[in-house]
Amino acid sequence: MGPVDYIPRIRDNYARLGYKAYNWVVYRDTAPWAPLRKPLSQCRLGVAASGGIYVTGQVAFHYKDDTSFREIPTDVDTKELRATHFAYDLSDARTDPNVVFPIDALRRLVLEGFLGGLASRFYTFMGGIYSSRRVSEDLAPRLTARFLEDGVDAVLLVPV
Amino acid sequence: MTSAQDITRAVNPPRAAFLDFPLGHTTGKPHEPELQRQILVEALSSFETMTAPGSVKELPFRWSQDGEWKAKAFAEGDDRTPRHDTPQYQDEEDRRRAEQGGSPSCPVCRT
Repeated sequence: MGPVDYIPRIRDNYARLGYKAYNWVVYRDTAPWAPLRKPLSQCRLGVAASGGIYVTGQVAFHYKDDTSFREIPTDVDTKELRATHFAYDLSDARTDPNVVFPIDALRRLVLEGFLGGLASRFYTFMGGIYSSRRVSEDLAPRLTARFLEDGVDAVLLVPV
Repeated sequence: MTSAQDITRAVNPPRAAFLDFPLGHTTGKPHEPELQRQILVEALSSFETMTAPGSVKELPFRWSQDGEWKAKAFAEGDDRTPRHDTPQYQDEEDRRRAEQGGSPSCPVCRT
């Protein structure tokens, strides 16, 4: 069975529910390209994840176009991670946040020498921000500035 | 990473690794650290092997033999939670800690 075609499926489902059609982001130009300038084993990796992960003690995300982000120290205790989101089934993320925030696997890959290192902070936010402009003009530039400040060579994006 | 190939192709990022799993499992199955590690190795390798913008690598993992989960994904109804504009904590203990100023081991990041 091939991949799920979410765009037509969600469009049809929303139409049946009487919702306004969602305006999907479509980028037709050639994507920008920055080649990796050194092997992964020498790279410092950042992560930006939209699954609504926060650390206990932090203010949780709210569900209405929340464009805030949380900084997650990469030496965080995995047991202190929490998940909140309005639009996906949280049951697995709440028992193992690694399904949407791969912190343990990445720390292991650093120990194994596959990766050079991790950023000092990873960043999380809650997707389902229904204005792509607020993401591209507000949230994304703030995250990019944080990664540049932290000296990362590459960033892994983990949407949900 | 992506578990929604058509949405990602529309967005057209420079590089993508597609994992054909149900949404909410972009980097693996719960409590399967070895699988999670393999998924990350396959995905991150794309940084070194991809040479053209817009490439999408399909990762060699299956959620289940039959793919039955695909029939249900977003097919009908609306399972989403109402759009509250107050913090939605996983549990009340989190709320208490946050309202008391956060955990000393982790700085609160408000924006």
